[in-house]
Amino acid sequence: MSHEDVLNPKQLPHDPEKATLEGKNKFVGFWFFLGGETVLFACLFGTYLALNRSTSGDNTPEHLFGLELVFIMTMLLLTSSLTSVYAMYHMKNNDFRKMQIWLGITVILGLGFLGFEIYEFVHYIHEYEFTFRSSAFGSAFYTLVGFHGGHVLFGLSWIVALMIRNSKRGINLYNAPKFYIASLYWHFIDVVWVFIFTVVYLMGVV
Amino acid sequence: MSTAMSQNRGLGAAIWDYLTTVDHKKIAHLYLVSGGLFFLIGGLEAMLIRIQLMQPDNNFISAGLYNEMITMHGTTMIFLAAMPLIFALMNAVVPLQIGARDVAFPFLNSLGFWLFLFGGIMLNVSWFTGGAPDAGWTNYAPLSTVSPGHGVDYYVMGLQISGAGTLIGGINFLVTIVNMRAPGMTYMRMPLFTWASFVTSTLILFAFPALTVGLFLMMFDRMFGSVFFDTAAGGNAIIWEHLFWIFGHPEVYILILPLFGAFSDIFSTFSKKRLFGYSAMVFATVLIGFLGFMVWAHHMFTVGMGPIANSIFAVATMAIAVPTGIKIFNWMFTMWGGNIRMTSAMLWSIAFIPSFTIGGMTGVMLAAAAADYQYHDTYFVVGHFHYVIVGGVVFGLFAALHYWWPKMFGKVLNEKLGKLAFWPFFIGFHLTFFIQHFLGLMGMPRRYWVFLEGQGLEAGNMISTIGAFLMALGTIIFIINVVYTAVKTEKVSGDPWDGRTLEWSIPSPPPHYNFVQTPLVRGLDPLWVEKSEGKKGMTPAEPLGDIHMPNASILPFMMSLGLFIAGFGFIYQVDDKGWLALVFIGMGITLGSMLTRSLKDDLGHHIHKADLEKDIEKGAGQ
Repeated sequence: MSHEDVLNPKQLPHDPEKATLEGKNKFVGFWFFLGGETVLFACLFGTYLALNRSTSGDNTPEHLFGLELVFIMTMLLLTSSLTSVYAMYHMKNNDFRKMQIWLGITVILGLGFLGFEIYEFVHYIHEYEFTFRSSAFGSAFYTLVGFHGGHVLFGLSWIVALMIRNSKRGINLYNAPKFYIASLYWHFIDVVWVFIFTVVYLMGVV
Repeated sequence: MSTAMSQNRGLGAAIWDYLTTVDHKKIAHLYLVSGGLFFLIGGLEAMLIRIQLMQPDNNFISAGLYNEMITMHGTTMIFLAAMPLIFALMNAVVPLQIGARDVAFPFLNSLGFWLFLFGGIMLNVSWFTGGAPDAGWTNYAPLSTVSPGHGVDYYVMGLQISGAGTLIGGINFLVTIVNMRAPGMTYMRMPLFTWASFVTSTLILFAFPALTVGLFLMMFDRMFGSVFFDTAAGGNAIIWEHLFWIFGHPEVYILILPLFGAFSDIFSTFSKKRLFGYSAMVFATVLIGFLGFMVWAHHMFTVGMGPIANSIFAVATMAIAVPTGIKIFNWMFTMWGGNIRMTSAMLWSIAFIPSFTIGGMTGVMLAAAAADYQYHDTYFVVGHFHYVIVGGVVFGLFAALHYWWPKMFGKVLNEKLGKLAFWPFFIGFHLTFFIQHFLGLMGMPRRYWVFLEGQGLEAGNMISTIGAFLMALGTIIFIINVVYTAVKTEKVSGDPWDGRTLEWSIPSPPPHYNFVQTPLVRGLDPLWVEKSEGKKGMTPAEPLGDIHMPNASILPFMMSLGLFIAGFGFIYQVDDKGWLALVFIGMGITLGSMLTRSLKDDLGHHIHKADLEKDIEKGAGQ
């Protein structure tokens, strides 16, 4: 396939993200990478479960966590996963403008989530003096939730960079795999959050 | 970039070429040279350990330095010598064995190498900045969390950086083997080395993240004041042991499986027979990989997990002896009735079978949890794991290097010198480590700086040290062989061993696109299939046409350099927050390079049919 065919395809195939060998490699490779990421988060969850009763003073999960805020955060992130699916749908239909719009909504929802998470952390630190260093529970909590938050930040930066870079040229066989694996990453972040919501917050309060 | 252009250039251009290369064959050279250097450093550390233990109450090196030596010997040999040498082989051979022109992610391949190298350099910088890591290669908390100075910090940052490189390499080879096989190269036609690389890559993918997490927690505890392993604040030091061994046990199979694959190819080639029980061998490899994840806690029998947990892990561990036994017997049946050629590669391979089997047998002894309370942390354990790692991995590396050296460099290593290196190493190896089992049973604990007079340990330790010197002699002869071969030996054809698999169907060393035309694979041992039908080479699966190849790039080097710089910032910000500047500079370089990679189009280049035809006249086809 010549460079011209990759960058300016006459007709976009149904699965533009897997039309080139490079695209197929990225697709398979990224799934493997997510497998490794799963182990990474599994280890963090294991550490958290081993230490979540090692609290100091009043700062126990029951005392700290408020489900209202976490519920809003969960809704924001779950919705952003849905909007990224819409974006990929429009990518496959070669509707670049709609893809950008849905990706933009995804980014806004993700930023909202991140804002609430930062608020939550600041709140814990200033109101409760519950920090990374105050107890083993604190260390485990901020590490697990913070690793997830770091993934959200990285995912947002990635999607924004791709949106800006490709804003003038539309979908082609070179950038379609990039958009696609960025959205896979975004789904993965969402799935991890479902587990954090369950294991950290629900099991912490109930 | 045509091959003609790359021949007329100076030293600077050659260095730039290696800094930016994404060619798997050149990356194999880089892995080989740097892994070889770290192997020599690790070996030197081993010699210092053995000199210290040559006689009772010795004072050759101080107690603190001794701790640094044992820590760095283990860490260097596992992470900086064995792993990269295995990656050197995988890079040199796997794409050729499956009929591919490169790996799936050439850019990531280069990134993986540079991350490994900068991580390794980082670890060894600690020698010059106030002391190396000294908490053992397992770095158990709380010894490691309270170890003074910055030694353990170097361990944490160095392994984090090089571990990321290994993970990237693992994913790369998985995708390469899944997606890049030539037409007809089904999974059950893949050579055993490729199969083993595939399983090893899977283990890397699922094992290394556990180390990543463990190292992060250790880093947070030591550098940012968290209390994961601090029992006074409710932490739990056993978490480190679990995370370390969830990674660490698969790691030993990561090390040995590729060499199992290499032995299979070598036995088959030098017995002129197809591998006995091919499908059983594949099954055994996969089963070992699977069981490798189920046994990590056998390193922790004495921690106090209770009889039920200990029993489960003991039984699972013993179960691994079954697929390993299948392999041992299949190798012997491969040689049975074969037309055996005793080359150096074959010599190392045959020596491997009894040596490794002894290590496997002591492994089953250690797996018996009740008995392990006696062996734990004695020289019995040291003897055991050196039998499997030296008798398996190092013998395997020597065998594989002899076997594939002509494919990598176009010259056969001198056979006489090869055998001359083998004998002192082989005898020295058994002298060094066999006696250590008995020293352990007599009660000599591992990691002790001195032993006392009059406890019956003198003779055994002296024998062990003499053996170590013989191993050093063997290694030196091998290095002489490498130099001698590079200077004196004539170039050979593409197929010096009368090989059976695809890598022997192309010139040595191969052109940078490997295959002028992708070969059509018609069975197991594809080249042998063609040879047995009287053909000289492979049947092409495609007409001659333009070949698409990836572009070179300096970005992988820059990304790794950035993390290297940031690593120092993380280590020293504990003393003075001003060092955080290095973190920002380093991470800026790394993230900036990643952004550049994401945003800048890199579509690769084409080698045109006309240039290929010129190459064919010079012999690129066969």
